[in-house]
This record gives sequence, structure tokens and C-alpha cells, in this order.
Amino acid sequence: MKIKAKGVTNQTTIQNLITYAIVILFWVFIQIWSMAGQMTSLLNGLLVPICTYVILAVSLNLTVGILGELSLGHAGFMCVGAFSGAFFTKAMASVIPSVGLRFAIALLVGAAVAALFGFLIGIPVLRLKGDYLAIVTLAFGEIIKNLINVLYVGKDSRGLHLSIKDVASLNLEPEGEVIIKGAQGITGTPKASTFTVGILLVLLALFIILNLVNSRTGRAIMAIRDNRIAAESVGINITKYKLLAFTISASIAGVAGVLYSHNLSSLAATPKNFGYNMSIMILVFVVLGGIGNIRGSIIAAVILTALPELLRSLNNYRMLIYAIVLIVMMLFNSAPKAIAMRERLMERIKGGKGKGAA
Amino acid sequence: MSFLSYFINGISLGSIYAIIALGYTMVYGIAKMLNFAHGDIIMVGAFTTFTVVSTHSGNPLVGILAAVLVCTVLGVTIERVAYRPLRGASPLAVLITAIGVSYLLQNVALLLFGSNSKQFTSVVNIPALKLAEGQLSISGVTMVTIASCIIIMIVLTTFINKTKMGQAMLAVSEDKGAATLMGIDVNRTIAVTFAIGSALAAIAGVLLCSAYPSLTPYTGSMPGIKAFVAAVFGGIGSIPGAMIGGIILGVIENLSKAYISSQLSDAIVFSVLIIVLLVRPTGILGKTIHEKV
Repeated sequence: MKIKAKGVTNQTTIQNLITYAIVILFWVFIQIWSMAGQMTSLLNGLLVPICTYVILAVSLNLTVGILGELSLGHAGFMCVGAFSGAFFTKAMASVIPSVGLRFAIALLVGAAVAALFGFLIGIPVLRLKGDYLAIVTLAFGEIIKNLINVLYVGKDSRGLHLSIKDVASLNLEPEGEVIIKGAQGITGTPKASTFTVGILLVLLALFIILNLVNSRTGRAIMAIRDNRIAAESVGINITKYKLLAFTISASIAGVAGVLYSHNLSSLAATPKNFGYNMSIMILVFVVLGGIGNIRGSIIAAVILTALPELLRSLNNYRMLIYAIVLIVMMLFNSAPKAIAMRERLMERIKGGKGKGAA
Repeated sequence: MSFLSYFINGISLGSIYAIIALGYTMVYGIAKMLNFAHGDIIMVGAFTTFTVVSTHSGNPLVGILAAVLVCTVLGVTIERVAYRPLRGASPLAVLITAIGVSYLLQNVALLLFGSNSKQFTSVVNIPALKLAEGQLSISGVTMVTIASCIIIMIVLTTFINKTKMGQAMLAVSEDKGAATLMGIDVNRTIAVTFAIGSALAAIAGVLLCSAYPSLTPYTGSMPGIKAFVAAVFGGIGSIPGAMIGGIILGVIENLSKAYISSQLSDAIVFSVLIIVLLVRPTGILGKTIHEKV
């Protein structure tokens, strides 16, 4: 038994190492590609978003795949991380002059604030089940986006000023600076995100999640997913582990948000970047990559982010093609008849080979 | 007096949400799936009426009939092509397919009509009703919307309780396997549900665009989500629940727009939903299902 258990551990370690290797190879490939002068500006602009989406997909997979709860509000946590990170970078500009150091601390700030939100939202949300949980996470995501759109924060010598009305009601001193300007958001964040930083963060997110999954905690979380009542009856604290997974997932999404915000000179919460459409897009990465399969999420996020951009020459037809590809993939992957047909086909191929060998 | 006028407009908006939510809730009750493309059927209905009325300069009634017809056929086709093969697959797979269908409808509309917003001419030309010496004015669209909602509710309840098809729907929503054993054609019942839901969405689309006349390929998505919230609010799967949920949601949205903040109205609507679900985790009229080991 002991030998077998060791074999299993080795196998997961190898699988995890393959996942890390894929990410590192991707980085090396892009470095060589750009040294060879083959990178177009279009592809170059895609690199940081790809890292952002990979981190988001991996973190959502923790909630959807490992914890087994459908969340439609992941973009909300990204939004919280993006704004708190960019706010920190802007507000601390005079205190910490080094952009790199500020960005590094901003990543921690974004992760911490998103974790706090994940924890606070998780307490009520995780009491619900299935579709009800999904709709409440969607609601929280929309509320976050809405609140940020009416938030005004300014800074002067007396400290920070907050308002949810307009700039005038901040009562700033003349030399004060408005940092978050309602629907216009934050402008002038230094562009500190690079592809290398993005890849390092992807590796960090992978390290956290893969280690979590293969730990005692991770097994407890998966036990809750597979059978809540059975898990409870063997003494697993359901609320604690659910909240833990949800908070970690939110926190990693917050890091992705900081990465996202430091890639743009102006950051505003629009339905397009932080609305439920974004949450759904991340969910699509997770489902197409395979629920619970971390490596699948990475590959799906990269392909599906790059696909619409690479199809840009097709203009208006590209999103149409994207939609059709999505439907056909789902039908092919999940329809019971398609699965049966695939299995029969595989059997025939295998059977044919067997006969040939005999 | 202004409160009353906001309140009545809220009921009117709520009636539109209720009509959309009926489609959501019926499909959920029977097929156990969240049909994310439902909101986009609204948009297709509105565009059909828009095209018919503007190109044939015709009777708005013809436009509405055309919209109902197109949406019914579309709903049944979507069910047949995209959802039926996935019966028995995981609910998430069906959800993602529905999202794919939603993208598809939006992008087809984008190719056909472009992204610029179209000015929708109201299909209702009844003069506004003036009450209390002209202090309270209720527009024709508002009255027609509320009236249509009441009529739809009565017809639908009668249909479900009195006809064989309606009873079959109830049976399928209760237990698919047992319904099959009783000789009910489950596939046909689900197809009929989609047909009814889509026809209702077409009517809702025409009413929505008559009240708020700007029409784009994305017109349907936010009302769709709100109606989904309304359906959950009332207890998803319950028809009176969808009605109550829709109307409460519309009233809250309009009143908070008028008295608190128009930017925060969505946040307020969603907060109310969260509070309701925390107190009653299956919505106002939802059934509590006890988990058995």
C-alpha cells in the first residue's frame, strides 16, 4: 500500500512539473520569437492580457472545479484587486518613488483587499446552493462594479477624502489630487506590468493552487465537492474549507486585477471589463479547459484569448466564428451521443490495430 | 403625485421583467437549465418588429405577429439543435452552450443591423391617460404593458391548469422519468415550453422597445439578466413567483432611480435580491427541497 501511495504522489508531482514546464516553455518561446524580431505589436499587446486571463481561469477553477460551486462574479474580485492596486500605486507615488517596488506592494495590496472581499462575500454566499449561489455571485459582481463607478477618492495634505457624489464634494485643498474619479476611474497608472512579471505571477498562482489541491486541505475541499454530507460526517468543517477555497480564489483573481490595471494607462469599471460578461468569459475558459483540470484552464485561456485577435482580419465575423466554435465544442465534448460515438470510433481504431498485430 | 407616477412606471417596467421571467422560469422548471440566450430572443423580437414596421410601413400588429412567429421558430430551433443533444450532460455544459447561443444571436444581429442604435417607433398609439387634473399622466405604453402582463398571466395559468399539454408540462417538471412512463412525450413538451417562452420574449421585446426606444444588438442582455434575477427572486420554477418577482424588481428599480441614485439603481436591485435569498434561500415562492442521505 505504501509503495502504491508513493507512486501516486510521484505521478502528481510529475504532472505538476509538466504544467510548470509548459508555462516556462511558453515564456522561452515568446522570448526567442521576439528576439528573432517576429513579434507584431498586436501579439505583443496580447501577452499581458493572456497572463491575466490565465491567472483568472486558474483561480476560478479552484472555485468551480475543486470546490464545485458555480461562481458568476469572478470579475468582481478582479475589479476590486485592479482598483485597490492601482489606487495604492497612485497614492503612494510620493512616498515610494520606485515604480517596481510600488507595483510589488500593490500586488500584495490587491491580493489582500480581494481576499477580504472574498471572505466577506463568501460568508453569506456559500450558504446557498447551485443556481442560487451562481446568481448571488453575479449580483455581488455587478454591485462592486456599480459602486466603483460612483466612488470618488481624493488625496491632499490632510489625508484621503471619500465621496459617492462628485469631485466637488470631496472638499479637497487646491493642490489636492483626485485619484478615483467616479465613472472615469483611475488614470495615469504607471505601466509596470510586463510579460515576465505576468509569467512569474502565473507560476505563483499555479504553485499555490496545485499545492493546495494536493494537500490535506485540498482533499477536504474536494471531499465537500463530491459529497457534502459524507464529508461533514467524517468531521470536515464545511464552512471553514469552503470559505478558505473561495477566499484564496478571490485573492488570486485580485492579483490578476492588479496585473491588468498596471497594463493600462486609464482604468474604468465598464460592463465590458468587469461586468458579468467577463465573469462568464472566464467561466468559458474553465469549462472548455475541463472543470477541475488546471492545465486545461491555462491552455483554454491562451487559445481563446488569442483566437479572436488572430481572426481580426475576418472583422465582424470573428465573434460569430467564436460563438459557433464554442457551441460546436460543447456539443462535441459533452453531448451523450457524441461521447458514445467517439468511444465507438476509438474502439474500432483500437480493435483494428489489435487485429493487425495478431 | 410624482411618487404614484414613478410607482406606476415601475409596475410597467416590472411587467416587462415578469413576462421575460416567465420564459426563464418555465424553461428552468422543465428543462432544469438556465437559458442565458433568452435575453437575446427579446432583441430578435424587437428587431423583427422594427424591420417589418419600417420596411413595409405596415401595421404594428403585423410586426408583433411576425416577431412572435420568428421568435417561436427560433426558440424551438435553438432547443432542437443546441440543447436537446445535451440532455443528460452536466448542467454547466448546457449553461456554456446557452452562452454560446447568446453570443451567436448578438453577433448575427450585429452583422445584419450594425452596432448603431436604432430608433424604435412605439407600437402603441393610445393617448396618455390624464388623472387628477393632469397631475398624473399614464402613457399608453404603460397601460398596454400592464394589461398585456395581466392577460398573459391569466392565459398561461389557465393553459397550464386546464389543458393536457399544461398538465404534461407540470408532470415533466416534477419527474421526467415518471412522465415518460405515463406516456408523455418529454421532448415535445420541452419544445412546446421553449416555443411559449420565446413567444413571450418576443412580446416583451416589443413592449420594452416601445417604452425605451433605443434598439441595439445588446438591448436584450441586461433586461434578460434582470428578469433572471426576478425569476430567482420569486423562486425559480414558480410561475406566480416570476410574476411577483418581476413586478417587485421593476418597482424597486424605478423608485431607487427616482429617489436615491440612477447610477446605483442596479446595485440596489441586486442588494435586495441578496437579502431576500439570505432570508429565503429558494426565493419568495420557491419550494424547499430537503436533502436526503
